[in-house]
Amino acid sequence: MHPWLMSLLGGSLIGVAASLMLIANGRVTGISGIYSGLLGFNRADFSWRLAFVVGLISGAFVFWLIKPELFHNLSGRPIGVLAIGGLLVGFGTVIGSGCTSGHGVCGISRLSVRSVVATMIFMAAGVVTATWFFKTFGGLT
Amino acid sequence: MTRQVATAFVTGFIFAIGLAIAGMTQPQKILGFLNLAGNWDPSLMFVMAGAIPVHWISYRLIKGRKSPLFDVKWHLPEENKRVDFALMFGALVFGVGWGLSGYCPGPALASLASAELDVAIFVAMMTGGMFLGRWVSAGPSRSD
Repeated sequence: MHPWLMSLLGGSLIGVAASLMLIANGRVTGISGIYSGLLGFNRADFSWRLAFVVGLISGAFVFWLIKPELFHNLSGRPIGVLAIGGLLVGFGTVIGSGCTSGHGVCGISRLSVRSVVATMIFMAAGVVTATWFFKTFGGLT
Repeated sequence: MTRQVATAFVTGFIFAIGLAIAGMTQPQKILGFLNLAGNWDPSLMFVMAGAIPVHWISYRLIKGRKSPLFDVKWHLPEENKRVDFALMFGALVFGVGWGLSGYCPGPALASLASAELDVAIFVAMMTGGMFLGRWVSAGPSRSD
């Protein structure tokens, strides 16, 4: 299947997953929020958050057994850059109340003004940063 | 409670398969989309074009219900909350980190399944950044 069609199909599955979370548990599938909510070690909502993250890793694990190449990082970005990136992603998603799933998929679908603004900002910042990095340091992507 | 935990697991499971099929667990595809000076990869656009219409429709069908199936009330972010500095600043910082690494939280957590060092370091640092963010913004809890 053409890679674009695969992306469209995978995207639809993401939409299905978010819809299931909404109708069953009445919640937004914002992954940064679900995961960072674990860090408060609040007994009341710890188990469903953990179950989501375990489900996420399990789903990926099953796929990894079949097609491990889908999980290789071939970006060529040095480990130090990944570490700084991780720190900024963690900090930014907590301060900005969401990431690609919560703001980008769920928020835009709900036509939330905050999510539309956040998505435009992180997309623009991502484009500027990735383009700058490539032009300055070169690399594969 | 048990049903909520079970659905959360199933949701995560389906979500990860969606991410993997879509190519989103490969940072080179994300960076290929964000980097306009290289060999442009439109994949991320197609992922959004797949996900948003599905959820757009289901959200409108679901929100008319009095309550979700397994809970007594909705837990959605407030609709009239304003666009504030924290939202914009946080989104900016997240975008820079995303453009540097090619990972956002979902694909990074899912990719822990591969037990590769790159993503493990990313997730460890992301977790640290989240602790830092929670510490800085200590006070009102997040809605999502």
